[in-house]
Amino acid sequence: MSKVRVLVGTKKGAFILTADGKRQEWEVSGPHFAGWELYHLKGSPVDPNRIYASQTSGWFGQIIQRSDDGGKTWNAPGTKPEDLMGPDGMPKGQSNMFLYEGEVGTHKFYDGSQHPWEFKRIWHIEPSLTDPDTAFAGAEDAALFKTVDGGKTWKELSGLRKAKGHLWQPGAGGMAVHTILLDPKNANRIYIAISAAGAFRTDDGGKTWRPINRGLKSQYELPDPDAEVGHCVHRIAMHPSRPDVLFMQKHWDVLRSDNAGDSWQEVSGNLPTDFGFPIDVHAHEPETIYVVPIKSDSEHFPPDGKLRVYRSRTGGNEWEALTKGLPQKDCYVNVLRDAMAVDSLEPCGVYFGTTGGQVYLSADSGDSWNPIVRDLPGVLSVEVQTLP
Amino acid sequence: MIRVVLPFHLRTLARVDGEVQLEVASPVSVRSVLDALEARYPVLRGTLRDHVTLRRRPFVRFFACKEDLSLEPPETRLPDEVVTGAEPFLIVGAMAGG
Repeated sequence: MSKVRVLVGTKKGAFILTADGKRQEWEVSGPHFAGWELYHLKGSPVDPNRIYASQTSGWFGQIIQRSDDGGKTWNAPGTKPEDLMGPDGMPKGQSNMFLYEGEVGTHKFYDGSQHPWEFKRIWHIEPSLTDPDTAFAGAEDAALFKTVDGGKTWKELSGLRKAKGHLWQPGAGGMAVHTILLDPKNANRIYIAISAAGAFRTDDGGKTWRPINRGLKSQYELPDPDAEVGHCVHRIAMHPSRPDVLFMQKHWDVLRSDNAGDSWQEVSGNLPTDFGFPIDVHAHEPETIYVVPIKSDSEHFPPDGKLRVYRSRTGGNEWEALTKGLPQKDCYVNVLRDAMAVDSLEPCGVYFGTTGGQVYLSADSGDSWNPIVRDLPGVLSVEVQTLP
Repeated sequence: MIRVVLPFHLRTLARVDGEVQLEVASPVSVRSVLDALEARYPVLRGTLRDHVTLRRRPFVRFFACKEDLSLEPPETRLPDEVVTGAEPFLIVGAMAGG
């Protein structure tokens, strides 16, 4: 029978939730890296026991951790002496070193001045679809890094910051690459998204990038609502069978693109509010998508104290509230952008974590929900592995 | 032998219990102790000071013999009590406040 492994990053450590394919009885392992912020954990599609994790601290900076046994044991890659000593006896591999390539350069700052890029943390790690030793990491301040040696060393794909990086400006939540989508049909195509710069695409494996924000409108956030960059994209999702079709939760507005991001159309439709953070796609129905509407940018909690996932079976515009099993009064949690995921079982499982420490599961594509855990630290990210 | 006390999270990261003991050639300074510490525990590189500039991270503090050496130049020699091992060199995570 298949199994599922849910990787949960929280403000105070990582937790791993496992169950068989029925998804009824759960084992909880953790906290791993207790006391650290775990922004994101994700397993390799090629080798599911290879899991990368981003461990960060306001005191001690960035650590990359790696497990090769499905999360039972962890090591910071490249920190064993035998890994580190080069021919000259000096250290060579440093898995927590993220250096901007070449001249660091500047971006627009809160006060309108130009400000040097400063590395703060890794928000998201996206393992390669074909090689367990290759992964991409999205950084704050916004940049994309790549490892080809299992996380021992990281190198910036600096072409991204040449896509009008001098005009990017941090929002209140910082300026980070938080979304990385790898095209399963075209190894040279990658999509990324940055708050608050927008969405970008490369078609040459990361050498050059261009903004893909045509159709986004930010009338309350930008002086030019149709600006080429500067939009606060919160999340992008795709179904692997249709990598040219993208779904976006922007600061305000839910949108879709049917041409790989060349243009976008709003599909907020009948949502009670189109502000929110996560968006995801059903594993078996490419036109079924999920969002969690949040009241507003000033009030980061569900409208009316009711936690509702909204599902569209039509690729947007027509939405239905999913409430069964979710708190429908006095609920004021948020669901962050990386905190929703789906498994590939039948029926599709949908998972999300809240800032209140709950991780909810729907084992019937959203029709009903149950908490797997209720009292974790605030959840930053949720990923799901479907295992044989 | 220099005795170094790490904060909890870095002891966990480096997988050490209690104090760390390091051989450090004279003259013993903040910098030479940190160099020796990072050579022994490479996972600590970048957690105490910047990889490139070697500047102390803002919320890391260095104490010795009841003195705060955090703002002193890295070449500052450590007190004899630390050099002889009578007193530890303390690496501390700054108070979060609140």
